[in-house]
Amino acid sequence: MVMAGLLAGCGSGSDSGGGATLTAYVYGDDAVKIQEAAVKEFNKTSDVKVKLVSVPGTDYVNKLRSAMGSPSAPDIFYNWGGGSIKPYVDAKQVVDLTSTIKNDPTLKDGFLPSIVAAGSLDGKMYGIPMRGMQPVMLFYNKTLFAEHRLQPPKTWEDMQKAITTFKGKDITPFALGGSDKWPELMWMEYLLDRIGGPEVFRRIQGGDSSGWGDPAVLKSAQAVKELVDGGAFGKNFNSVDYGNGGAPTLLNKGKAAMHLMGSWEYSTQLGKAPEFAKKDLGWTAFPTVAGGVGDAADVVGNPTNYWSVNTRTKHKDEAIAFLKTMAATSYSKALVDNGDIPTTANAASMLDSSPNPQFAHDQYTMVQNAPSFTLSWDQALESQIATPLLTEISKLFAGKSTPAQFVAAMKAVK
Amino acid sequence: MSHVSPYTKVRGGRRAAVGNVGRPPVGWALPGILFFAVFAIVPLAIAVYLSFCHWDGLNSPTPVGVDNWTRLFKDPEFRQAAWLSLLLTTVSWAFQTPVALLLGVWAAGRQRSRTFLSAVFFIPLLLSTTAIAMLFHALLDPNFGVIKQIGPWFGIDPNLMGSSTGALLTVAFVGGWQFMPFHTLIYQGGARQIPEVLYQAAAIDGAGMLRQFFHITLPQLRNTITTSSVLMIVGSLTYFDTVLIMTKGGPGTDTTILPYLMYRTGFQTYDLGYAAAIATALVIVATGLSLILVRFSGFGSMRSTREGM
Repeated sequence: MVMAGLLAGCGSGSDSGGGATLTAYVYGDDAVKIQEAAVKEFNKTSDVKVKLVSVPGTDYVNKLRSAMGSPSAPDIFYNWGGGSIKPYVDAKQVVDLTSTIKNDPTLKDGFLPSIVAAGSLDGKMYGIPMRGMQPVMLFYNKTLFAEHRLQPPKTWEDMQKAITTFKGKDITPFALGGSDKWPELMWMEYLLDRIGGPEVFRRIQGGDSSGWGDPAVLKSAQAVKELVDGGAFGKNFNSVDYGNGGAPTLLNKGKAAMHLMGSWEYSTQLGKAPEFAKKDLGWTAFPTVAGGVGDAADVVGNPTNYWSVNTRTKHKDEAIAFLKTMAATSYSKALVDNGDIPTTANAASMLDSSPNPQFAHDQYTMVQNAPSFTLSWDQALESQIATPLLTEISKLFAGKSTPAQFVAAMKAVK
Repeated sequence: MSHVSPYTKVRGGRRAAVGNVGRPPVGWALPGILFFAVFAIVPLAIAVYLSFCHWDGLNSPTPVGVDNWTRLFKDPEFRQAAWLSLLLTTVSWAFQTPVALLLGVWAAGRQRSRTFLSAVFFIPLLLSTTAIAMLFHALLDPNFGVIKQIGPWFGIDPNLMGSSTGALLTVAFVGGWQFMPFHTLIYQGGARQIPEVLYQAAAIDGAGMLRQFFHITLPQLRNTITTSSVLMIVGSLTYFDTVLIMTKGGPGTDTTILPYLMYRTGFQTYDLGYAAAIATALVIVATGLSLILVRFSGFGSMRSTREGM
C-alpha cells in the first residue's frame, strides 16, 4: 500500500485532484447512477481515486476497443465476460482474478457460482459481477391468455396449441424484433439448450467450430424454420425492431400474445405502458421441447456484467479493492432499489424492496436453480464468429437460407 | 482555348498569359492541397497499407501480403455487396436525376411561387441523415407506422422493409428524398446560366416549350448533368447511415451494400485489415466510375457549353 502510494505520487501530474486515479469505463445507461454512488463511497476512504467514465451504450464496445489499444486505456472496464473479453485476454490485457477470487472469502462466496462461472474463460476468472442478472424469459399477455382460456406454455405442444389459437384470432403469437437480429438469436439459444443441452454450445464456445455440426444445431434451426413458416412470429417481423419499441408495443397493445426477451423487458414495459406492466404482463420459463435432452430449468441470457482489470494498471491492488465493494450489501441494495436483481449469494433477502418483488423473486429463483446459465451467444463468442452468426441467423429467419445452409455456413466460419 | 472574354482583355492592365486568365498561380492552392493531403491522401494511404495486413485493432497490424485481396475476390458476400451497391446506385441515379432536373429547371424561372416553394423543397437537405432515417423508419413501421394505413391504398405491402426489393428501394428512396434538393440546386444554377437569347431565338423560329427544353435546356445542361451524376454516384456508393438505421443490412444480407459490409467487417467483426481491403476496393470502384462518366460525357475536354457564342 505504501509502495502504491509512493508510485501514485509520481506520474499523475495531469490529474486535477493531485492524487492518483483509476479510470473505470462503464456502459452508459440508467444503471450508471449505482456505479457512481459506489465510486463516491470508495473514494471517501481510498487514496487512489476511481474516476468513472460513462460511455454511451451504442458506442461502448468500439470505444473500449480503441481505448484498450491506446496509451490511455482504462484501468478497470465493464464487459460481458466470455468471448467479449477474449481478444483482450489473448493480448494479455486482462488481469487473471482466479486466485484473487479463490483466496478471498468475500469474493469466493459472495456471488452465485453459475454467474461467476458464466463469465469465465477457459476456466479462468477475469471478472467480478457488478450489475443485475438478465435471464431471457418468455413474457406473455395475461389478459389474452385468460380470454382464450390458455395456460402459459410449458411444453412444445402447449406452445403449438397457443400458436394455433392466437393465429386463428388474428393475434401474432410471438412478438419478434427481427430487424435487430439479436432477438432472433435468443430463440436459437433456447432451442439448442432444450434440444441438445448446454454442452453443445459449450463446445462451440470452446473454439470447436465443428460443434455447429451437432445434429441438435440442425434440429434447432429446423424448429426455427417450422415456427417461422407456421406464422408464429407473424408476417412482418423482419421489419420490426426491439430498439425503437416495435416489438414491446406489439405485446402491450395486445397485438402479440408472447415475447421472448431478456428480463429488461419488464422495465421496458414499465416505461412504455406502466398499466400493462403492472397488471397484464406475465412471465415464465422457455418451454421444453419434445425429444430434447436439455434441462427445462436451464437459463440463457446475460448472467450479469463484469468489471475486469487492465494488466497495465499502475494500481492493481486498489483496483481489486474497488471491485470487492461490488459484493457489499449496500451495493446490492442499491441495485435492488433500481429494479435490478443482484447476483450476490445473499440477494434473496433484499428482493422484497424491489419495485416488483414477485418478478424479482421469480427471476432470482430461476437463476439460482438453473443447472446452467448460457451466456448470450453474441457475447460468448468472439466478434469474428458472433457477427457472421447474427447475419446467418437473420438469413435463416428471413427464409434466405435453409437450416442445412445455416449449419454449413457456421461450420465454415473461422 | 479561345475562351477569353473581351472584357478581361480591355481591363488587362496586368498581362496574363492566354489560357491562364483569372486562374491564380499554383501557390494559392497550397493550403487546399495540404488540407487534402492530411485528411484524404494520408488516411487513404494508411487504409491501402492496412489492406495488406491482419489487424484486430488491439495488437499491432501484421503484414499478410495479398491475403485480404485474394479473399476479397473469392468472397461471395463481397460480390453480393458490390452488386447491391451498383444496383442501389443505378436506382438512385435513375430516380433522382429526372426529378432534380425538372425541379431545377422549373426553379430557375421567374414564377411567383418559386422562391417559397424552392425553400420548401430545400428542407430535407437541412435535416441530418440520421434524423431522416429514423423518421422514415417510424413511418414505415409495419404495425404502427403510416405505411400500415396508407400503403394498401397504393397496393404497397406494409412489410416494405422486411422484403428484399422493398428494403433496397426504401433505402434508395430515402436517400433520394434527402439529396434531391441539393441536385435541384445544381440544376437550378446550371439552368440560370443558359443565355436567354437562345430561347428568344428559338421562340422566333417557332419552337414550343417542349422543343426548347429538349433542344436548348438539356444540351446546355450537359456539364451540369455530369457534375450532378458524379456526385450522385459517389454519394450512393457511400450510403451508410440510412442502411445502418433502417435495415441494418437486412433482411438477411439483402441491403448489405459495400460501405455497410465494410463497417460490419471493421467495427463489428474487428477484422480491420479485410475491412480496409473492402474500403480500398470501394475507392477504386468509385473513382473508376466517375472517371468513366467524365470521359463519356465529354466533360474531360472542358468544352464550354457557350462555345461559339
